Amino acid sequence: MSAATGVAGGRPSADLRPSPRRARRLVGDYLPAVLVAVAGLVIWELAVRGLNMRAFILPAPTAIASALGTYWNDTRFPVSKAALNTLTEAIGGFAIGTGAGILVALVATRWGVARALLLPIAVAANAIPIIALSPLFNAWFGITNPLSKMMMAAVLSFFPVMANMTRGLSGADPAALELMRSYAASEATILRKLRFPNSLPYLFTALKLASTLSLIGAIVAEYFGGQTAVLGQLVITSISALRFDVTWACITLAAGAGIVFYLLLALAERLVIPWHSSVRDPG
Amino acid sequence: MTAPSSAPIVRLRGVDKVFAARDGARTVALQGIDLDIAPGEFVSLIGPSGCGKSTLLRIIGDLVQATTGEVTVNGKPADRARRDRDYGMVFQAPVLFDWRSVEDNVRLPLEILGRDKAWRVERARQMLDLVDLGEFTKHMPYQLSGGMQQRVAIARALSFEPRILLMDEPFGALDEMTRERLNDEVLRIWEQTGTTIVFVTHSIPEAVFLSSRVVVMSPRPGRITKIVDIDLPRPRTDAIRESEAYFARITEVREALRAGGGHAGSGAGGAGGADGSGAGGDAGEAAGVAGTASARRTAAEGAVG
Ligand SMILES: Nc1ncnc2c1ncn2[C@@H]1O[C@H](COP(=O)(O)OP(=O)(O)OP(=O)(O)O)[C@@H](O)[C@H]1O
Ligand SMILES: [Mg+2]
Repeated sequence: MSAATGVAGGRPSADLRPSPRRARRLVGDYLPAVLVAVAGLVIWELAVRGLNMRAFILPAPTAIASALGTYWNDTRFPVSKAALNTLTEAIGGFAIGTGAGILVALVATRWGVARALLLPIAVAANAIPIIALSPLFNAWFGITNPLSKMMMAAVLSFFPVMANMTRGLSGADPAALELMRSYAASEATILRKLRFPNSLPYLFTALKLASTLSLIGAIVAEYFGGQTAVLGQLVITSISALRFDVTWACITLAAGAGIVFYLLLALAERLVIPWHSSVRDPG
Repeated sequence: MTAPSSAPIVRLRGVDKVFAARDGARTVALQGIDLDIAPGEFVSLIGPSGCGKSTLLRIIGDLVQATTGEVTVNGKPADRARRDRDYGMVFQAPVLFDWRSVEDNVRLPLEILGRDKAWRVERARQMLDLVDLGEFTKHMPYQLSGGMQQRVAIARALSFEPRILLMDEPFGALDEMTRERLNDEVLRIWEQTGTTIVFVTHSIPEAVFLSSRVVVMSPRPGRITKIVDIDLPRPRTDAIRESEAYFARITEVREALRAGGGHAGSGAGGAGGADGSGAGGDAGEAAGVAGTASARRTAAEGAVG
């Protein structure tokens, strides 16, 4: 639980309102990273031009950017549509996988028998390189059905969420559990008022992980065939057409989607568990 | 045993507690505990580290079960009393829920007991005023100092008006000044509410200042070696802290502790650590020196005097 600050009787520093000071700190937090990224792009650009690198090795950032513009609504390489389709698969899979993960964790915690049965299976299943099953998923759910990609994203998202959530639910402070016991609180009440809130920081860690995994799952599944207007397929077809700038445009979009997805979850985390030490204001 | 005249609210008869480790090693934590506590009494348990004070308190509160013996609270078995919400617990650590504001923490037991919303709001405010935290109702626990957090824990324990307040070294991690202030506060609350308080402490002066009776326990296996009546007048004021009678009682408790083989502030350390047959590898036990109260729980928080 909350660690004692040690200054007995002292006044807390209690400014939670957004303030110019806070805005300045946000800038201070992110400015270095932005500068490094910009510098990286500049060095990349200069290196490609200076070394006269061939496009199949690495196109310049400006070339990738112009390909993004050129092919945004292209009919052969519809990059924006592909990004949207892939993102839909990833988000759908993420929703299914995390939903199932949370549900299983709740059930496993609420009923100890379920935990004893499920956890060893889950741990064993997690050791399987699931991504290798991708072609099978195409066979099971239909190769052109986006569901086959979604399910791969879902399975990859499921395990970290389930494992972390279970840890968070069962890892409540023993003293807090004792407190609840002293109130003669029911198991359901303990779950709702103690275990669940306690698990939220664990859940968000897992969700951020799952956001990346779901994109990986969707794209890798796309490599094994299916509808064509998806990032995984465009990567393959653009390479065979030697349009490496398009390939990199697709990769850029995938990376961008992954980053935005992650940042949205980080934002949600700040809003949902502002009390947790990982996100709260240092004061 | 000086049994009080009215029907006891806590009645212990022949209580033993044996902890059996997985490897078969047995720790006799308590042996032959007989104790009667009258309604409205303030009783302190004192004894060397590892003598079973917390265990005894937890047996009264039905958080662990006695191995043998009889535990009656409010005329019923301890588990019945727990389910009737007769207890309020205050632990050494505040055990606040990080995700709840100060007032929501105080309301927690009221929610669980299904009290209506208006009452919860009203009651939390009253209790926080009582512990002098009226201005901090909306704060989050991490914004409070250790002493303030402990006061929230006291407010929470009082909020549902339990018949019995069980306090396990509630001020162990606080400095002397804060501790004395909170002692005054606890006494004031005790006098206002008329609850029965069972209070575990390592501080002889604290036990004497607060209590109607001080129960002195011996090192493992924990036994009651003496019960010292504290006949100092009430209300207990700062003047009492300087009175002859106060020091006389302190000496009496210290001598009882020493006679029982306890630490008694005499520096006779190692009281609890001598017996290696216990659950083993327990940091609090290894330390076993006077003043290392519950080192295992507090080590991370920066420990006790
Ligand atoms: N859950 C447990 N399992 C095994 N042994 C235990 C358990 N709880 C307590 N004990 C043992 O029982 C004895 C009494 O422990 P207890 O915590 O009641 O002591 P205490 O008097 O409160 O000590 P302290 O002053 O250090 O808090 C100790 O020897 C301890 O090792
Ligand atoms: Mg103890």
